[in-house]
Amino acid sequence: MRAYAGRILHVNLSSEQSRIEILDEKTTRLYLGGIGLGINLLMEHSKPNKDAFDSDNPLIYCTGPLSGTLGLAGSGYAIVSKSPATGCIGEGQIQSFFGSELKRAGYDAIIIKGKATNLSYLWIDDDKIQIRNAQHLKNNSVEAVEQSLRSELGDFSIQVSGIGEAGEKLCRFATIISEKYHTVGRAGLGAVMGSKNLKAIAIRGTQDVNIANIDALTQFIKTVYERAKNLKTTNKGQPLELNNLLELNALSAIATKNWNNTPSLTVSKIFNNYLSNRYVKRTVGCATCCMNCNSIAELSDGISKGVITTFDFNDILSLGPLCGIDRFDAIVKAVNLVNNYGMDCISVGATIAFAMDLYEQGILTNEQTGNVDLRFGNADAQIALIDKIGKRNDWLGNILAEGVMRAAETMGGDASKYACHVKGLELPGYDLRTLQNTALGFSVTFSGDRHLRNNNVGLLDLKDKANRYKIENDTGRKLVEFNHFYNVLDSLIICKLTSKMYTWKDLSDYYLFATGLQISEEELRQIGERIENLARLFNILEGKGTRDYDDLPYKIKTCLTTVEDHKISVFVSDNDLQLGLDDYYAASGWTADGIPTVDRLKHVGLGSLSYISQSAITALRTQQEKEEN
Amino acid sequence: MVDRHQDRKIIVSDPEKCSGCRLCEYVCSMVNEKIFNPHKSRIRVISLGPLANMAVSCRKCEDPLCVASCPKNALSQEENTGIIRVNEHACTGCGWCIGACSFGAINLHPDKKIAYTCNSCTNTDNCDNEPQCVQWCTENALQYVTAETLAQKTRQKIVNQLLDIPKTNNNNNSNNDKEEKETEKEKTK
Repeated sequence: MRAYAGRILHVNLSSEQSRIEILDEKTTRLYLGGIGLGINLLMEHSKPNKDAFDSDNPLIYCTGPLSGTLGLAGSGYAIVSKSPATGCIGEGQIQSFFGSELKRAGYDAIIIKGKATNLSYLWIDDDKIQIRNAQHLKNNSVEAVEQSLRSELGDFSIQVSGIGEAGEKLCRFATIISEKYHTVGRAGLGAVMGSKNLKAIAIRGTQDVNIANIDALTQFIKTVYERAKNLKTTNKGQPLELNNLLELNALSAIATKNWNNTPSLTVSKIFNNYLSNRYVKRTVGCATCCMNCNSIAELSDGISKGVITTFDFNDILSLGPLCGIDRFDAIVKAVNLVNNYGMDCISVGATIAFAMDLYEQGILTNEQTGNVDLRFGNADAQIALIDKIGKRNDWLGNILAEGVMRAAETMGGDASKYACHVKGLELPGYDLRTLQNTALGFSVTFSGDRHLRNNNVGLLDLKDKANRYKIENDTGRKLVEFNHFYNVLDSLIICKLTSKMYTWKDLSDYYLFATGLQISEEELRQIGERIENLARLFNILEGKGTRDYDDLPYKIKTCLTTVEDHKISVFVSDNDLQLGLDDYYAASGWTADGIPTVDRLKHVGLGSLSYISQSAITALRTQQEKEEN
Repeated sequence: MVDRHQDRKIIVSDPEKCSGCRLCEYVCSMVNEKIFNPHKSRIRVISLGPLANMAVSCRKCEDPLCVASCPKNALSQEENTGIIRVNEHACTGCGWCIGACSFGAINLHPDKKIAYTCNSCTNTDNCDNEPQCVQWCTENALQYVTAETLAQKTRQKIVNQLLDIPKTNNNNNSNNDKEEKETEKEKTK
């Protein structure tokens, strides 16, 4: 079994003990690695209906079979745990040097349980595991932590993955970051880390990564690099952000002012060629990647002079138009601040937009906001609110740090109508009313509305010339295919932005060259389906895996948005959504309530877990009978 | 008379182009050791921040301090290429050469426990061409050039900058790329 390290590290922070478990070939053949392996380990090592902040909720780091090699997928790692935002599967993957370092240290996965008595960090130096005091790093940003740990441990090649102040304070959209900018994204995994009193993991791995067929792998990667040259994302000097923003803008797919979409923002003013030339100093790639997707902005003048940060177009959408802000330098300043606190830009943007909407509607008063003028478009107010949320130091900051769903519940009244989330995870700044096939994808994702899962990058609506204002008949079926493909990509930890460069055959070859294990295209598809069903079963155990939870926010389903070029107004109709869900469940082989059938589970090799389905189906039936009576 | 050291080529890294992706480190270990491990690479990338990255490897000095400092005379420099060769039997792994090198370009091999440094891929099948790290670099940040060519390119660049002031206000990357494309076009003509 080449390419794998063959070992899983268990760390218990309460008892300060660690042990090694051998990873067998059977498991790798069933789940590959990355998110697949992570979800499998989560299922194995967690108990249902425990709080995400319970010390028994495992935080699982996984590498993929390709981590530690070179190429576009050479250094990723994935993190899986129960999400404090959704209560469902929480997952994310990063392309960062930490992944290769983890593999070279000799681990395919780390499972962290328990809770340290004081704020600590985990130091993994190949086989040496230490839990060390991190009190001196309290409230530091991950960038500062990285610098401190490197000088403390005396090696500047050490890689660090950790949380900022928001993670320590259990903000439900805190994220885990490595190398300053590479974040694990959504789902609040940083708060899970914070709940364990774990500030960071520092790692040094010096062992070799052995590959089954190094010549074939090299040749394959060379062809992938060639393919990458033909993608528009690699246009140098023209950041990916700009292309994407213009494309989405042309489709009226950018949401403004908490999905109110009052047409008073000009997206081309937020970011254009001039601003790109003035502020974007260069575009760089992740570890060993040539795609150059990360734009680095350096603000050399203006209100936020001196800020250097990378930004993603999703960050711009959420912290910019969604909050009614149209100044590029103000948005970049906010992105930098959010990164310093260690939060997820998309959720922070959506949460602030929610608060601004409530303020304009009169639901939030001046007294409650601490006299911050929370009108849409006030960049200073946005910065003030990011500080409040990151530090959780007053009433408003404290309840907003719980995410829009919980904040709306606390405020009561009409507030929940303004909260835009799926399963508790805030929506990214797309307008789903004009990307309705994508909307269906957002509603069914097992980890909330992740924009990088199930067609959520908008492949159907943007590329296939589908009718964007209606959920089409075969969208459900197409989504299932996307789903399974993305599950395999996430398990091999291949970046979604490069997904167009691989076919099923490529993935099968790639895996063979790296590991020496032959897995056919058909088996790979089945692995994708297995992971999807396993994740669904996890959510069902948590009581959130049924049709009722595959829903869209109130605003998306009831408030009209006007599409200017077509002079029409649209929203996602509930009837359309229900029909789309029917299609999706049927194509997945699930019941009309969205529960995997026993036959389907047996087909994908999950027969031993079919009792979860059976009891869920029985429970639903008795509930329905009760209601009928 | 032309200096015979004219054809000594070195690997240089352009910090304006280097993105710090460390592909060269992986390629080096792959070509020379048939495994993936940047801890066994002969070229190393230093990242001081997102805008400050640079790769460092052997400079093939005219008067190499590593060779002079070796107490066992295990190091020698090839006359034509300038490559530093390590006599594996003589080297004791004492590390004087590592202390002597001004660039940190010579290292102690983690397994063999002897000094090792860049051999410009002359130990591999690829001995006639550019070193593999230069061939693989997707940012064109690495060049394999003689000292004379390097100086010439630097002169060209600085004169360009001095005489063409308005262009420097724009994004440097795109400008350089455009210029390169133009020169390439001229070459093909």
